Amino acid sequence: MSAVALPARPGAVAGVKNTLTLAWRSLVSVKHNPMELLDLSIQPIMFLLLFTYTLGGAISGSTSAYLSFALPGILVQNTIFATMNIGILLNTDLTKGVFDRLRSLPIARWAPLAGRIAADTVKQAWSVALLLGVGMLLGFRVQTSFWGVLGTFGLMIVFCLAIAWVAVLVGVIASEPDKVQIFMFAVVFPLTFTSNIFAPTESMPHWLQHWVKINPVTIVADAVRGMLNGGPVATPVIQSLLWAAGFLVVFAPLAVWRFRRRV
Amino acid sequence: MTNAIVAEGLVKRYGSTVALDGVDLAVRTGSVLGVLGPNGAGKTTAVRILATLLRPDAGRATVHGLDVVKDAHRVRSLVGLTGQYASVDETLTGTENLLMIGRLIGMSRKDARARAARLLADFSLSDAAERAAKTYSGGMRRRLDLAASLVGRPRLLYLDEPTTGLDPRARIEMWEIVRTLVADGVTVLLTTQYLDEADQLADEIVVIDHGKVIAGGTPAELKSRTGAQTLAVRPVDPRDLPIVLSVVGEVTRSTPEVDDNVVIAQVTEAAALPAVVRRLDDAEVEVAELTLRTSTMDEVFLSLTGHRAELTPEVAAP
Repeated sequence: MSAVALPARPGAVAGVKNTLTLAWRSLVSVKHNPMELLDLSIQPIMFLLLFTYTLGGAISGSTSAYLSFALPGILVQNTIFATMNIGILLNTDLTKGVFDRLRSLPIARWAPLAGRIAADTVKQAWSVALLLGVGMLLGFRVQTSFWGVLGTFGLMIVFCLAIAWVAVLVGVIASEPDKVQIFMFAVVFPLTFTSNIFAPTESMPHWLQHWVKINPVTIVADAVRGMLNGGPVATPVIQSLLWAAGFLVVFAPLAVWRFRRRV
Repeated sequence: MTNAIVAEGLVKRYGSTVALDGVDLAVRTGSVLGVLGPNGAGKTTAVRILATLLRPDAGRATVHGLDVVKDAHRVRSLVGLTGQYASVDETLTGTENLLMIGRLIGMSRKDARARAARLLADFSLSDAAERAAKTYSGGMRRRLDLAASLVGRPRLLYLDEPTTGLDPRARIEMWEIVRTLVADGVTVLLTTQYLDEADQLADEIVVIDHGKVIAGGTPAELKSRTGAQTLAVRPVDPRDLPIVLSVVGEVTRSTPEVDDNVVIAQVTEAAALPAVVRRLDDAEVEVAELTLRTSTMDEVFLSLTGHRAELTPEVAAP
């Protein structure tokens, strides 16, 4: 292969192929990484079982009533947790030298990042399907239609593509994967709990309710409840999309800027 | 002879730290250039610039005539990189790692699979091919790293400290692999902290310290200038130290050091050892210890720069 015959820059088609190869790599590595498998499959199911059977009766009067309230919220929480994994995986690539290897190859510059995010979308879809499936085994029933389920998948993926940039930013800034974990625990964990995913807003102290009502986690959970259980859909979906747009506009440029500075 | 790599006046700063302070390099096509220097000398920074991973703040470099900044994409298709930082994915198996790289550089699935199997066989990794790379030993990891950089059959190979941290046997295996590659016509740029490694593998050596090239030449030239071997003499009676000092100084034509009753000097000629033995014998000095060994990096530095190599870690890219 002669160097001069090569294009000066990889084309868009080559870039998409690179992205697919790197997405394949992310998915194959799950097979060898039991921790990630745990995060993607066991943890959401465990949350669902624990909350439904220990708190369900106290909060909603019965486990079956609680299930229809909590499942949409747990879907959202799981999406956020799983998306934050992008940060950990990206940081591991950066600190372990995998990223430098990739950058030394004649591939599209954006492919490594795009590959990670593409793989994440597949993982998300898997988690959502799994949670819905297990929920149904426990007695959860979709009260709307097939379109409600499709809309849920769509909204989750749009939302996770937007917050993925937060994960990318944290992954790029952190000096080691452990620090990303600390961010997860200190910021993401409280963020998902100070919402209405596990308990109704009205049951919380007045001062907290102000935050809970505008927390994007609450809004997306309400949208998913509407799409799966029935009830208002348009308002929470539009608000969710606005939040997603907000995350994208603020964090995507920041993440790309820090990313370029680091690599 | 044409040059595969030409670098002129490379400068790289990290804040107030100057990692490279005007480095010139030339590597003849088909030869091995050894870049020798202590930790933090700027070796890795230089390799990262030549591999298009970093942009120089000043100066320019070309690889087979292609500018590493303006024509980075084409340069990447010519160069294979193996280093402390350019690594494989530990969660993938050996086969999966090589397959991924083959697919990324545009091979068909079938070709990538065949190339992966071939490289794993060549580097004695066939048995471990289906195991995750995190289960590999240090030597196996390094061989897989090297195999990963060879998937695209690069004409140029950068080896950044390829044997640092390896046990002696794995080091020698690595050297054999590098020799085979060179015999196949691959141009190699090798950085190392070990004098003997540069001596074993390189056609030419440049010595870098504090981001500057401080010496260069063939291994033989360098050795004759710096003293590739170190002579150490310990008299039985410490009162004989002045005599030993003057004898060793005269024979080696240098100013020996004294460290814990041992006189140490760099030796450039093979005849020095018998001459020292003879003259100490004439002076009736009883010797408790007399050794001739390969100089350490530290000692070469001392004779080239007059200061000891500082053992600070390599300046990491932010």
